[in-house]
Amino acid sequence: MLHTLAVLVENSPGVLTRVAGLFSRRGFNIDSLAVGRTEDPEVSRMTIVVDGDDRVLEQVTKQLHKLVDVIKINDITDDEYVDRELVLIKVNADHTQRVEVIQICDVFRARIVDMGRKTLTLECTGNHGKINALEETLRPYGIKELVRTGKIAMVRGTKNTGYQDNGAKEESL
Amino acid sequence: MEITAAQALVQCLEKEQVELIFGYPGATIAPVYDALHDSTIKHVLARHEQGAVHAADGYARVTGKVGVVMATSGPGATNLVTGIANAYMDSVPLVIITGQVSTGMVGTDAFQEVDTTGITMPITKHNYLVKDAAQLPRMLRNAFYIASTGRPGPVLIDLPKDIAETKIKFQYSETVYLRGYKPTFRGHPNQIAEAAKLIAQSERPVIYAGGGINSSRSSAELRALAETINAPVTNTLQGLSSFPGDHPLFLGMLGLHGTRAANLAVTNCDLLIALGARFDDRVTGKISGFAPQAGVIHVDVDPAEIGKNLPVHIPIVGDVKQVLQELLPRLEIRTDSRWLEQVDVWRKEYPLHYEVEGNLKPQYVVEKLDEITGGKAVVATDVGQHQMWVAQYYRFRRAGGLITSGGLGAMGFGLPAAMGAQIGLPGEQVILVVGDGGFQMTMQELGTIVEHQLPLKIIILNNSVLGMVRQLQKVYYNSRYMAVEFQFLPDFAMLAQAYGIKDYIMRTKEEVDTLLPQALAEPGTVLVNCLVSAEEWVNPMVPAGKAISEAIDC
Ligand SMILES: Cc1ncc(C[n+]2csc(CCOP(=O)(O)OP(=O)(O)O)c2C)c(N)n1
Repeated sequence: MLHTLAVLVENSPGVLTRVAGLFSRRGFNIDSLAVGRTEDPEVSRMTIVVDGDDRVLEQVTKQLHKLVDVIKINDITDDEYVDRELVLIKVNADHTQRVEVIQICDVFRARIVDMGRKTLTLECTGNHGKINALEETLRPYGIKELVRTGKIAMVRGTKNTGYQDNGAKEESL
Repeated sequence: MEITAAQALVQCLEKEQVELIFGYPGATIAPVYDALHDSTIKHVLARHEQGAVHAADGYARVTGKVGVVMATSGPGATNLVTGIANAYMDSVPLVIITGQVSTGMVGTDAFQEVDTTGITMPITKHNYLVKDAAQLPRMLRNAFYIASTGRPGPVLIDLPKDIAETKIKFQYSETVYLRGYKPTFRGHPNQIAEAAKLIAQSERPVIYAGGGINSSRSSAELRALAETINAPVTNTLQGLSSFPGDHPLFLGMLGLHGTRAANLAVTNCDLLIALGARFDDRVTGKISGFAPQAGVIHVDVDPAEIGKNLPVHIPIVGDVKQVLQELLPRLEIRTDSRWLEQVDVWRKEYPLHYEVEGNLKPQYVVEKLDEITGGKAVVATDVGQHQMWVAQYYRFRRAGGLITSGGLGAMGFGLPAAMGAQIGLPGEQVILVVGDGGFQMTMQELGTIVEHQLPLKIIILNNSVLGMVRQLQKVYYNSRYMAVEFQFLPDFAMLAQAYGIKDYIMRTKEEVDTLLPQALAEPGTVLVNCLVSAEEWVNPMVPAGKAISEAIDC
């Protein structure tokens, strides 16, 4: 089963390697991983979609926790959350197909961001399912190039999966 | 006043009360060595970086301090890799400082550049590449804190040469702020109460104690637990020496080469109390056959170990010493002896055994060592058959008395680790039991041992073969022996002489009887070459894929 993890990490060099290395070393399957800065410049947030049963997930979470650079992990799979993915697709669209492709674009609320002699390049955001559907719909026309960002996600409502500084800056020994 | 980062590093080490560094110099670490010139910290110059890091490992195990290692970039760092992995697998606290090429050269395949932090990422608890000299004191403080708390382990700091030479305003901060690192020390009180309840209900409890008891120095608590609830105790390899080897409740080691009594007790118990142990595959055998009827209480400081290999009924995350201290007052004294009687039947029915007569037997030498030292020596081993015989026949009666490479099983560990242990325990008897194979992997450290006049006693159980692999070939490959018999061995007596070390050779039981006590009583370093039979096998043995109750003799 696919799980979505929101992982807050120190924005330090090598942190992506540490996380990615841990997944490959322990044989965990990453479906997608997206990373970027958060409201706090010292903290990055990774949205990791990982495939595995509950036992695997427990190990993934525990092993991630052991990384000193990992601050907080939330498995938001069972929460109500908003998730988005961005895709860029370069699709065959000569003059005979162009109208159809543009219509598909409209249906999916995708935008045309570039136009070649025989291709159109589209941009679309949405959840995983919508992006999949768009991809499938365009496939018959011939997809020349496709890139997806992987999903980013945020829990709905006031529940916070971000990092709160609880004021206890220094832990005295 | 401004000082160089290298000088700041040395001052930090002094603040951490480091007395001793094991290392080997080179160009990129030279600024740190220069700063060491003005310090009271002693430096032990090994003969190979692997020797330095294993020595720091042995030193850390016996002293309970963080072992400190220093090496240069490139080959210096790569030579450390085995030792770092070893410390990682056996949870030994080390801080390793490696030189690195100057920041401007990093990433250019410069002379003696390797990606040290990349290489060591999976075998360190954490590592740092220093990019800003001002951060070094903080990183060093963090390194010591991370290495020594929670589940201990190695932490590496990679220090580029130009950074080491950068002047900084030195400020040492004692506080540590690591928002991503908060080890749990105290076990959850409810879980501890639950554990006490389960213990009270159990009829056939077994305590399975691992290396965590040794590293948290909780032998006294373990013993109190066992005696209070009248439960037999078995140790993992790494847990040996945490419980008295001559105690009536002691079952010996469990697992692959464990005693049948220990393995049968675990198989038939209704409660398994796992303390600072990690259900390693060499312990459990076929996992479905491991403690199949038992409720499991698992105490470990590393939450990731709990439930990793086996479902656990009562998980308790915390320092095993603290957890035991909180558990003990909740327990009632138990005197019921039916289970112990059953365990005794197994013990009597299946004792460890070997044929004493004939050629000198390696097991006999170990038994003799046990007898002469009363089980009170610190014994280091290398990896192989001799290691298992020490585990089986030396009855440890000194807490933390065994120094062995368990998780990694790294041949070559023994001699340098024993050296480090002896440096950490100057007045005490430290004995190395080593195979002729493993000895030749790191025997260059004899030079360091002589230089520091260490009274280490080196016992080579010389069967002239790679015994453990030969055993494996006997069992699994129809005795088609391949690459396990040395066609040449050096004359160990002459080797000892070359180093100015006193040597003994023992070929028979009688020679061992008279000469071994003499050798151990020598004031200086001694090398004992015991010519033992190559046709001895470590028994019992659980065949691959079998349950631990299905051991065979080979
Ligand atoms: C560095 C390393 N290489 C190879 C092995 C595989 N290995 C395990 S035991 C062993 C044989 C050890 O022979 P020896 O040191 O003579 O000890 P014995 O088993 O004969 O007591 C070997 C080769 C290992 N554990 N470590």
